[in-house]
Amino acid sequence: MSVLASPRDAAPRRAGSPRGIRHGEAVAGWLFTLPVLVILGVFLLVPVLMALWVSFSDWSGRGSPLSSGVGFVGLDNYAAVTTGGGLAERDFGVALRNNAWYVLLVVPLQTGLALFLAVLVNRAVLRGRGVFRTAFYFPSVTSSVAITVLWLFLFSTSGVVNTILARVGIAGPNWFNEPSGVLHNLLGALGVRTGPDVLTQHGFLGVTWWDWLAGPSVAMSAFVLMAIFTTSGTFMLLFIAGLQNITPEVEEAAMVDGANAWQRFWRITLPQLKPTLFTVLTLGLIGCWQVFDQIYTGTQGGPGKTTLTPAYLSYQSAFLSQEWGQGAAIAFILFVIIVLLTILQRWVLRDRPDVPRRVRRRGRAPSATVTSTTEDAR
Amino acid sequence: MTRPISRKLVGAGALLVAGALTLTACGGSGFEDTAEEPAAGAAELTSSDDPLSILIGSSGDAETDAVTEAVAAWSEESGVEAEVQVASDLPQQLSQGFAAGSPPDLFYLAPEAIAGYADNGSLQAYGDLLANKDDFYPSLVENFTVDDTFYCAPKDFSTLGLVINTQLWADAGLTDADLPTTWDELATVAEKLTTDDQVGLSFGAEYQRVGTFMAEAGGGLVVDGEPVANSEGSVEGLTYVQSHLKDGTFAYAADLGAGWGGEALGKGLAAMVIEGNWVTGALTNDFPDVEYTVAELPAGPAGQGTLQFTNCWGMAADSPNQEAALSLVEHLTSTEQQLAFSEAFGPMPSIESAAADWTSANPDLSAFLDGAAYAQFPPNWAGATDVITDLNAQLESLESGDPQAILDTAQSNLEAIAE
Repeated sequence: MSVLASPRDAAPRRAGSPRGIRHGEAVAGWLFTLPVLVILGVFLLVPVLMALWVSFSDWSGRGSPLSSGVGFVGLDNYAAVTTGGGLAERDFGVALRNNAWYVLLVVPLQTGLALFLAVLVNRAVLRGRGVFRTAFYFPSVTSSVAITVLWLFLFSTSGVVNTILARVGIAGPNWFNEPSGVLHNLLGALGVRTGPDVLTQHGFLGVTWWDWLAGPSVAMSAFVLMAIFTTSGTFMLLFIAGLQNITPEVEEAAMVDGANAWQRFWRITLPQLKPTLFTVLTLGLIGCWQVFDQIYTGTQGGPGKTTLTPAYLSYQSAFLSQEWGQGAAIAFILFVIIVLLTILQRWVLRDRPDVPRRVRRRGRAPSATVTSTTEDAR
Repeated sequence: MTRPISRKLVGAGALLVAGALTLTACGGSGFEDTAEEPAAGAAELTSSDDPLSILIGSSGDAETDAVTEAVAAWSEESGVEAEVQVASDLPQQLSQGFAAGSPPDLFYLAPEAIAGYADNGSLQAYGDLLANKDDFYPSLVENFTVDDTFYCAPKDFSTLGLVINTQLWADAGLTDADLPTTWDELATVAEKLTTDDQVGLSFGAEYQRVGTFMAEAGGGLVVDGEPVANSEGSVEGLTYVQSHLKDGTFAYAADLGAGWGGEALGKGLAAMVIEGNWVTGALTNDFPDVEYTVAELPAGPAGQGTLQFTNCWGMAADSPNQEAALSLVEHLTSTEQQLAFSEAFGPMPSIESAAADWTSANPDLSAFLDGAAYAQFPPNWAGATDVITDLNAQLESLESGDPQAILDTAQSNLEAIAE
């Protein structure tokens, strides 16, 4: 996308220059970006628009979707997966449920871990920083298929994880074959095995509220761990870059004011990392909602459909069940969900002049000083 | 200044031309109107000099080599070029071929996929044109019949049987006379064979195995074109399985830490498994030291029952050389060729005239072929795959579930797609 932005960024600067030997540059600029525009158009924009058309059509998967035999069916495909009342709706509900739990766990945990690792690795006193940086980043450069296969071995019934658990006296679950929800299991341990009628009799998208609250299945939890393990390294790099952009003066000023390390992190470092945090959260959110290759190579939606995700369901509906319209519709609903959540997150993380409120909420003497120092520094 | 500018212009022009070429190249093949009227019934076959492409989903080198060899032999005889390709993901590659308007001429086609492709006109129905049409087992023909049209020739088939680890069987003090013929006897031997290290009987947590018990109790998913998923027989079958999952004499392969029944048998985690013909090849390759015998599945309250699995040679409606393809199919499904395939990679011939030869060549496996007489097959309706996937998801937690509720869901899902 940054490639797309370049001619626009360049244009205002050039516009200010007098007409003369430079007057052809705008055209040249466009011409030089043309290959990329064409490639993006042909391989991205046109397919996306065609998929959008398929989601409103009754295309059956034979020949071109733009041929004369293909009819416009309005919102029928969207209705089938959201209000149809049949298997398609329930599958979509289950997929959303699974993925929502996945996002809810992976995004905060991987962001937190990445930040933690970045702060550790960024400390000047740490010996062998390069080694740690490489070690933490290593899972990210390995292909997700390889990691998935590794994970299947680690978490098999008699795998390494269960062997270690057995050493400390815990009978490990049959990870990738265990469809029960983690929250349901916790409630079950407390003696609650069936939900109240309010939750079991009503539902959304063909899935009862009780089942929405099942939590990620044990199998999905293994995928959650994997996602955190593999992506934290990437985001750690982003945080390191952010941390290195922060000038030490502000922190030194805070130290003069008597702020301890904990306060300095929360009041000085973190606020300045806000743009990086926004990037990391957005990338994490998008990546998590689109999770596909782990599912495709690992479990194909099983056990008990508890690792089915909208992205995989979209593939399954189209390629395996020949319901191309529904597959495309699922993809576009997913797109809308991602966009809405990104907007929401942007709104939550927006810049606001709320010094008084912060002081009121965490009103302690040194912090007030620190906050004002931060504002001054800007 | 003239030179750089003109160079710039030339470069820009080249880019424009390249871009325009890319666009038109794509537009030329991608947006063209390729959909023709769907081929109904036994329409006229196309004929040309075009070479044939054959797409198979192979179980391994043995199958790939056997098919390649057979096709090459036919090619030499007929003078039509033909190339065999092995798909890494058959359904996906087929779908892409149909969407692009350039599908393979012949391909392996599963019964659960046939309705979807037949509905959108991707398939050429040629069953009635086959010279050896009457030789195929009737139940296999039914498997590949959609809307009373016999679409494609069954290439071979497999049934499920009771595969027993001979050593463990003898260790438990059992003899040939103890081979179970009823559910009660099955329960008895399973109990005897269950120890701390192994269970009596194991199978995958899916309708494709558990369904045998539904069939033996007189139920099933679809019988004679009617959905009967929550019939009394089906419920009785699941209830029987559930009771023995609970008492620990039966177990799902996954719960034993095995990928499938054959692995559970080979590793000695289960003394008996319900598996099909393919188990022989897998055991020979992965567990050559394990000795086993194959018996028919025991009869339930409604008699004997098993499930059969098959694929057919699908023919594309868009194929430019269907007459040659038909001749190739006749060659590949001939008695001689099917016996050769069977020897190479295990499945049973789909034609009755090969039965006697097959039994004499494989006396130990005759139980599989005997199953053909009473075998049910998974429903082949459009959307049936999703219903079975959903049912399988629930069967995984059968031990703690309610058989009636599970089957009620399956029934309502089946009724929704009933033809």
